[in-house]
Amino acid sequence: MKLYCLSGHPTLPCNVLKFKSTTIMLDCGLDTTSVLNFLPLPLVHSPRLSKLPGWVSKDGTINLEKELKECAGRVFVDSQPEFCLPERELLDLSTIDVILISNYHCMMALPYITEHTGFTGTVYATEPTLQIGRLLMEELVNFMERVPKAQSATCWKNKEIQRLLPGSLKDAVDVWTWKRCYSLQEVNSALSKVQLVGYSQKVELFGAVQVSPLSSGYSLGSSNWIIQSHHEKVSYVSGSSLLTTHPQPMDQSSLKNSDVLILTGLTQIPTANPDGMLGEFCSNLAMTIRAGGNVLVPCYSSGVIYDLLECLYQFIESANLGTTPFYFISPVANSSLEFSQIFAEWLCHNKQTKVYLPEPPFPHAELIQTNKLKHYPSIHGDFSSEFRQPCVVFTGHPSLRFGDVVHFMELWGKSSLNTIIFTEPDFSYLDALAPYQPLSMKCVYCPIDTRLNFHQVSKLLKEVQPLHVVCPEQYTQPPVSQSHRSDLMLELQPPPMPYRRCSVLNLPFRRRYERVYILPELANSLVPSEVKPGISVATVSAVLHSKDNKHTLQSVPKPPPAPSSKKRKRMIEEPPVVLAPKSLLSGAVPLEGFLATLQKHGITEVKVEETPDGHILHLQAQDTLIQLEEDGTHILCDNNEPLRTTLRDLVLRFLQKL
Amino acid sequence: MPEIKVTPLGAGQDVGRSCILVSIGGKNIMLDCGMHMGYNDDRRFPDFSYIIQNARLTDFLDCVIISHFHLDHCGALPYMSEMVGYDGPIYMTHPTKAICPILLEDFRKITVDKKGETNFFTSQMIKDCMKKVIPLNLHQTVQVDDELEIKAYYAGHVLGAAMVHIKVGSESVVYTGDYNMTPDRHLGAAWIDKCRPDILISESTYATTIRDSKRCRERDFLKKVHESIERGGKVLIPVFALGRAQELCILLETFWERMNLKAPIYFSTGLTEKANHYYKLFITWTNQKIRKTFVQRNMFEFKHIKAFDRSYADNPGPMVVFATPGMLHAGQSLQIFKKWAGNEKNMVIMPGYCVQGTIGHKILNGQRKLEMEGRATLDVKLQVEYMSFSAHADAKGIMQLIRMAEPRNMLLVHGEAVKMEFLKGKIEQEFSIDCYMPANGETTTVTTNPSVPVDMSLSLLKREMALGGPLPDPKKPRTMHGTLIMKENSLKLVSSEQALKELGLNEHQLRFTCRVQLQDPHSDADTLHRIYTHLKNVLKGYTIQHLPDSTVMVESIVIKVSSSAEDSNTKVLLLSWSYQDEDLGSYLSSLLKKGLPPGLC
Repeated sequence: MKLYCLSGHPTLPCNVLKFKSTTIMLDCGLDTTSVLNFLPLPLVHSPRLSKLPGWVSKDGTINLEKELKECAGRVFVDSQPEFCLPERELLDLSTIDVILISNYHCMMALPYITEHTGFTGTVYATEPTLQIGRLLMEELVNFMERVPKAQSATCWKNKEIQRLLPGSLKDAVDVWTWKRCYSLQEVNSALSKVQLVGYSQKVELFGAVQVSPLSSGYSLGSSNWIIQSHHEKVSYVSGSSLLTTHPQPMDQSSLKNSDVLILTGLTQIPTANPDGMLGEFCSNLAMTIRAGGNVLVPCYSSGVIYDLLECLYQFIESANLGTTPFYFISPVANSSLEFSQIFAEWLCHNKQTKVYLPEPPFPHAELIQTNKLKHYPSIHGDFSSEFRQPCVVFTGHPSLRFGDVVHFMELWGKSSLNTIIFTEPDFSYLDALAPYQPLSMKCVYCPIDTRLNFHQVSKLLKEVQPLHVVCPEQYTQPPVSQSHRSDLMLELQPPPMPYRRCSVLNLPFRRRYERVYILPELANSLVPSEVKPGISVATVSAVLHSKDNKHTLQSVPKPPPAPSSKKRKRMIEEPPVVLAPKSLLSGAVPLEGFLATLQKHGITEVKVEETPDGHILHLQAQDTLIQLEEDGTHILCDNNEPLRTTLRDLVLRFLQKL
Repeated sequence: MPEIKVTPLGAGQDVGRSCILVSIGGKNIMLDCGMHMGYNDDRRFPDFSYIIQNARLTDFLDCVIISHFHLDHCGALPYMSEMVGYDGPIYMTHPTKAICPILLEDFRKITVDKKGETNFFTSQMIKDCMKKVIPLNLHQTVQVDDELEIKAYYAGHVLGAAMVHIKVGSESVVYTGDYNMTPDRHLGAAWIDKCRPDILISESTYATTIRDSKRCRERDFLKKVHESIERGGKVLIPVFALGRAQELCILLETFWERMNLKAPIYFSTGLTEKANHYYKLFITWTNQKIRKTFVQRNMFEFKHIKAFDRSYADNPGPMVVFATPGMLHAGQSLQIFKKWAGNEKNMVIMPGYCVQGTIGHKILNGQRKLEMEGRATLDVKLQVEYMSFSAHADAKGIMQLIRMAEPRNMLLVHGEAVKMEFLKGKIEQEFSIDCYMPANGETTTVTTNPSVPVDMSLSLLKREMALGGPLPDPKKPRTMHGTLIMKENSLKLVSSEQALKELGLNEHQLRFTCRVQLQDPHSDADTLHRIYTHLKNVLKGYTIQHLPDSTVMVESIVIKVSSSAEDSNTKVLLLSWSYQDEDLGSYLSSLLKKGLPPGLC
């Protein structure tokens, strides 16, 4: 069994598992942090951005003014932002049979894997993962397409030139795999390959392997996957949470008895407590509004935003924010809010109980009804005429490189009354703000990441006790920024197998058994005999049928009836057909018992001679010798076939056939 | 031989009080627990005495599964769980769990408050009963315990209706509840995979009908409604609040919009808005078209349909009213019917099945004078129409489901005996499987013939597959030999050598040595060589070697030649073989006894 690691990003994994002749891709996360190296895409022409100086090398020989712009000591690429794709050269993607998606954040690279690569397999995901994933992908395409940039920058990617660039651009790896966003058509084509599955639904793949999604508790429809056959089990753990937010709680017990557990998707902020962050979020928001400033919350259009809105629903009254307008701006804002209400089965128990009343499970329905929360597809159109300040705006994209958030940065960046509150953990906020410097706006960093931290995952692994753990190498050492914190890593016995981008791991597995089915007719014919207390054996002679990876044993068909007596003579002359060998024998022939049996069959004149290993029986009348030893019997007989066969059968009575 | 037992306690050769007991692999499951709409006495509940004579329900049953919220499938649930007594798990889908208590409460109100019954379940009992419910999701495999697993499939019919697959070990049963094989305006069609259950228990409401096209029925319905409205009449459509009502509302709404009609359409209060909410929140249970457009447009918000008030029944002019309950057996629909029955301009359209004993059933059978309470007679002068909109599978649909699931046996419930007989014949003829139709209290026993799963040693399996190929030659199938070790609960199939090792047994070698006399004038060495040539001619396909130590080996059988002491022309052949080569050894000794053929060099 092998694991091919196409992405080294710990929370946006993309691994391929080869298990029992099936090739299974686990997630296809898209690393979007590469966009931080690009200039933001403004919705209206930005004089500030267009006036940024171009970059020229120190000695003046290389002029990339058209491609690279400088801002506040950093260099940004002036072109369509590009994403860092999973490695596509390590493995032939057309050999992938199945892609399993864990949650809607880890599927953004799907079109790159399924389109134009020869992929002909099926994608499995839960319904919320598909529907919300679709919204996020459509949103991404929309963000890119509405501010098209004609030029694409490639010169800077040349090794000699990249070496000379400052800061993060110089250190960027695999820049030639960076690609622009896909098209809507590619999104639709990729998603048409998705087949829906429910939690604990068992899906058979080619009869060889069974996959099953389990609730992971992180987001709507988020799953961990079990991949198993009758004797081997691999668990794939992606973003999971033990906190009580809106999704169904995590199914931990089904992860037990795994031979291998692949662990990804731990929290990116292990030192921050989500509840504490929520508190900071609310208090900073209230402070800003009271002082007359606006609050900008860059966020994804689904996920934590539901929890933020729920938290605000309770907070608004007590904080006297009843008249403050809350805006949610995104081309998928309406859909996201509507979709959150129809997935009752995927929600936690409290929310399900609300649905039974019936009442919408999320309170943002009420916020919309009472006009406290308003959603708009973009800043153009109705929003621009209805917009009031001070207000709170939830909008994307958290990288601050595209989406409506760019406009708000330009609009509000110069006033220190305004605050931007970062809640998404995916992007370093300082890097995100870099192209907007110098900035007067206040910045608050309170990232909310509900996924498992090291303490929780250690406890989980102790409970679940997998034989082997595989994880990204980042988890086997403390984070770079806090290298002294030895508690911020995985300490396991045996130590986990680390992987990085482009690793190929051989997973320790030795299958020793396979499930086969004995058909009823054959089963009825088996005669078990007890060889030891509690243990019986039966000789099985059968014909093996293997079809679609299912093996059955059927009775040996009876040979055709003997032809008419005319041909009989010839039949006897036919040599025996080569079939499988006869059974092995076990046991011992007791002397007394055997003599008694011989007597019963009329063989009375037997002289018994003792030898160092056993006895020799002389059958006087028949001129036959039988050597009886502990682990062997030898019958010496002359020319007397009937006698030989009789003696043979008498001996066999004392032995066991296997 | 293991068996599965099925006993209907209700809905056996009947429609109403669906309640089917299944015994499988030592587990007992109750499927549905409904109320019979045709009776007012004890016959409206399933006969639990069948079980409780010998045991308590909680001890006897491993679980109860409810297929959907229609009262003839869940109406007796609070009675069973709170009045007879059952504390085990009750499974149903989320929409069923949400809507069941509402319909039960409604039903309770009509029966107790309006009819004044006393021995009936209370509101608190309904609440307590629902606390025992564990919700099921579609296609999710739920382990009820270590051996029993259940799985729900989409059944269509009404919101949240499910078909259930029950599996214990290698035996399985599928119960369809009520289902529909054709999608309609707001629900999809039932679907199941080729799960090959031992028994498929199917409803057979329309066992003998093949329904004509839906379009024709709809057109007919709309025409009738339109004609009544045009001549100023009032149209009463008795429905259950949730179910067909939504389908007909969508139909009328679209028609009214298209034809720009002004006559008002009303729907019973109370449940309309709630129904709307449920359909919105459980939109994943509706059909594709509605799910795709739900963000932009709520198909269940009707412009032309308004909430009904009792007083409107006396308003002049045409109108259409949807009123509950559906078989005119009580409540608002019956009240309105009484008011409008006398006018021949009016019309009542029964959109579904009416159980015997209800007024709906009576008027559909032509009765025009009805006896009401207090000896009053009612003259029925309005037009009585029947349009079958109930979402049940027809005969064609039932056959289609059988083709989808490929059961080994069929069992019919929820239908009329005569119609079931007809369908039973068709099924047995078409699929060559046994079809049963037990009456209430009658047990059907089906013997199953499951395969036995064993763990086979991978090395043995691979070896056999390499030697025999995946599909054996039917003329010369390769026989595999192995030893099955049965220890506690595990069954392991390994090679005989491995079995000896694992069991710590010693191998016992059985050898035979035979002396055959042969007349041959040649030298010992020549004789041996002649034997070698002879055997090579006869035994094709065997490994025959002439070894330098003056032996001939056929497979592992050793042949030596020596001359007799008395006569050098008499050769004594020594054949030695082990039991493993018994067949060949025996054959060789008889062959060589016959002597060597002439002409061998």
